[in-house]
Amino acid sequence: MSTPILQVNQVTKTFGGIFALDEVSFDLQEGDILGVIGPNGSGKTTLVNCITGFVGLTSGEVLFRDKIISGKPAHKIADMGITRTFQVMRPYYSLAAYKNLVIPLFSPRAKRTGGWRGGGKLGDRNTVSIDILEELGFERESFVPYKMASSLPTGYLKRLELARCLALKPEIIICDEVFSGLSASEIASMVPLIERLQMEGITLIMIEHRLRELFRVSNRVLVLNFGEKLREGLPDEVMADEKVKEAYFGSEEVVDYD
Amino acid sequence: MKEDFEKRRKERLDRGIKVRSDGLYALMSWRELCYLVLPRLVLIVGMLILPLVMPSMYWQRVISNVCIYALLALSFDFLAHFVGLVSLGGAFFIGIGGYIAAILNTSFGLPPLLTIPLATIIGASFCTLLLLPCLPLRGVYFAIITLMYPLLLARVIEALDILGGTDGILGVESFLNRWMEQYVIIMMVLLFLFGVRRLVIKDIGLVFRAVKDNDQAVRASGISITYYKTIAVFIASAMGCLGGAYMVHLYMWAGLSMFALDFSILPIAATVIGGSGTLVGPVLGAFILVPISELLRAFGTLRIVFYALILLAFIIFRSEGILVYSQRKYQQFEKWVKV
Repeated sequence: MSTPILQVNQVTKTFGGIFALDEVSFDLQEGDILGVIGPNGSGKTTLVNCITGFVGLTSGEVLFRDKIISGKPAHKIADMGITRTFQVMRPYYSLAAYKNLVIPLFSPRAKRTGGWRGGGKLGDRNTVSIDILEELGFERESFVPYKMASSLPTGYLKRLELARCLALKPEIIICDEVFSGLSASEIASMVPLIERLQMEGITLIMIEHRLRELFRVSNRVLVLNFGEKLREGLPDEVMADEKVKEAYFGSEEVVDYD
Repeated sequence: MKEDFEKRRKERLDRGIKVRSDGLYALMSWRELCYLVLPRLVLIVGMLILPLVMPSMYWQRVISNVCIYALLALSFDFLAHFVGLVSLGGAFFIGIGGYIAAILNTSFGLPPLLTIPLATIIGASFCTLLLLPCLPLRGVYFAIITLMYPLLLARVIEALDILGGTDGILGVESFLNRWMEQYVIIMMVLLFLFGVRRLVIKDIGLVFRAVKDNDQAVRASGISITYYKTIAVFIASAMGCLGGAYMVHLYMWAGLSMFALDFSILPIAATVIGGSGTLVGPVLGAFILVPISELLRAFGTLRIVFYALILLAFIIFRSEGILVYSQRKYQQFEKWVKV
């Protein structure tokens, strides 16, 4: 086994006396898709915030390619190539969709890498941003890339969140519930996109409540419960685990959690 | 008559000037070109001939004052509307810029044409440095800190009796002649006005707006919000310090009154009246408010009452601001048609 791209060691985060995360550890191999599941309030989003530097850790450490990244500010971590989407989407509502991407393309990392498809040199930001959006399903010839973000439907906003990550040419994308709030057909069109990102060598962590789609795309699954790591393993193993069933599903039968 | 009135209605057509003024399209017809150029030309030419048409020295002084407030209002609008930092620091910037220019002039003997740019840059760096601690934060902290600093600095100067204490620094050199005195500040207002307008539509301007819209997403994009806020605060405080440095040479004196609250409050009022977020609006607002406040001088202390009433009327009846309103009217055809 090669060295993992991301190592999370004994990460603990407390808010007052509450343990949002209690000594959570896991390794992430390059090119994997790790699914993170858990009941509401189990610390999934806190985990994302801790890895990406949006909140500080109480104890423990996070290593990216054997370098400690915990304690660095969020923009430095994003600059290293670990990007995230937000559960509550955060587009720049007052800007057109393609102008939304001009901002990540203005970052030092995008200037170095040239954006998702860039070979080290960044072209005109407006052109690059429309190129990226086209690959994510914003038809170039239509008016969709030019629409205000405030008037875009949820499906496009979720893609815009992903596009913001891709503009940095990331190594890891942490998706905080990209499927939530989407219709079945929108999810169906999103899944191939996720699979394509994996094939291109991007490592993903996916936090989801949509278990069926998650188990389809992910290689490994991590289950959190009350801030503790309950189980980690292959999707089938996790599904079969009694403790997981008890904590998460509350019944013996694994039903569609739609 | 009444029936006649009811048979007609107002038809309104948008000129679509935004579409046709994009890029090369504007050059395709003289009419479009005029629509675009005319308002800008009126502003520039108007400001340039102002000193020539002013009847007396007194009113020329008023123009200088207007320009100082215009710079402050521009700086307020830029920070508040494009970066999301509400600054109450007009007095802070004026005071810092003013005292630095006065020290440079009286202690080092530098001429006004050197002290003003130097005070602008040194003062802006100093202001930015002092404001740096509250830049990573969101919320009211920036507003409160900018309001606190001028009060604090004035008390420090008073208590320690440094920099001339309550007397201020006297004997600052004035400008060579009154034409230079007028045109230096008018050119600066025009320069900063068009400069900032250009800045906010550039990509860096988009980043500023993104910081205002959604700072978490900017951080997630690998961009340091503190860095860009620092740049924005530097630009804004440079405008204020420039005004302060100019004022010191105008009145040949730097004193505690440069930290007066007027410099913080009036620019905000000017922005409200002119139309926030337009950048030109606040300048226009200063051109309305400052002369009004001069005209009201005859009423003595009642002045502030009239002043407040005017402001109140604007907020109630034209809260969008004069410029936003007139821009809309400018870009529409209105005519009466028979029903």
